[in-house]
Amino acid sequence: MVKWTEEERRIIRGVWEKVDINEVGAQLWARALIVYPWIERYFGNFGDIFTTTAILNNPKLAALGKVVLSALDTAVENMDNFKGIYASLSRQHYENIKVDPDNFRLLAECITITIACKLKAELSPQVQATWQKFLSAVVEAMNSQYK
Amino acid sequence: MVQWTDFERATIQDIFSKIDYDIVGPAALSRCLIVYPWTQRYFGSFGNLYNAAAITSNPKVAAHGKVVLAGLEKAVKNMDDIKTTYSDLSVLHSEKLHVDPDNFNLLADCLTIVVASQMGKAFSGDVQAAFQKFVAVVVASLRKQYH
Repeated sequence: MVKWTEEERRIIRGVWEKVDINEVGAQLWARALIVYPWIERYFGNFGDIFTTTAILNNPKLAALGKVVLSALDTAVENMDNFKGIYASLSRQHYENIKVDPDNFRLLAECITITIACKLKAELSPQVQATWQKFLSAVVEAMNSQYK
Repeated sequence: MVQWTDFERATIQDIFSKIDYDIVGPAALSRCLIVYPWTQRYFGSFGNLYNAAAITSNPKVAAHGKVVLAGLEKAVKNMDDIKTTYSDLSVLHSEKLHVDPDNFNLLADCLTIVVASQMGKAFSGDVQAAFQKFVAVVVASLRKQYH
């Protein structure tokens, strides 16, 4: 299990409380789908997802962005039990949605960059290091049910 | 040879005309040393790197950060032949400095985050895609002479 110092917990909460789930949820896909276009293959029935404008106005993507960030919110509240929170999500992504797990890492990078754009200098090197440790642990938990 | 769209060329030129090399270079390098501490092993002669504060105020780190950005500028000015532009630098990093080339990606990631936090909203998904393509070409060129 990942060990967190009090300082790290404080930092994660500090970053997270600055994240507006609605705002970041939409932007997340605007980055991921543009920077890593092969991700489009998972969204065959989402309609127009091929330009930044279309992505930012796509209600299905906005809704899914909120779902992803709500799961992250649960992780922030339960930093000692990622495996528990993410076990069924991991299984779902493996068995039903069949997502290549490399994409979890790419999505995590897009989340970090979106936060960097918002927080700017507040995402200091130390804060970045702690935040990346948090997301790595989440990504690992999402990988946990893959065989 | 790498093909660049007009948008990608314009975006790269625009980014590098706007960033302050004296700030971004040191910020990216010090971030790398903090977030990925094993990279400190290449800087044994740089003095005090014991904590984040020491790293960010270390004059040798700052000076070297500027050297790195000056090197990057060569690629910005020669986007159609980055491979040849970096051939000597690649040999240097392989044969003299013995840098594990995986570390080029780590520095590139830190550079992306610094640029993102400088540009804020302007670092859209399309801009990020262009920037990441550029640094990927730079990294590939730096790896080219390794054997």
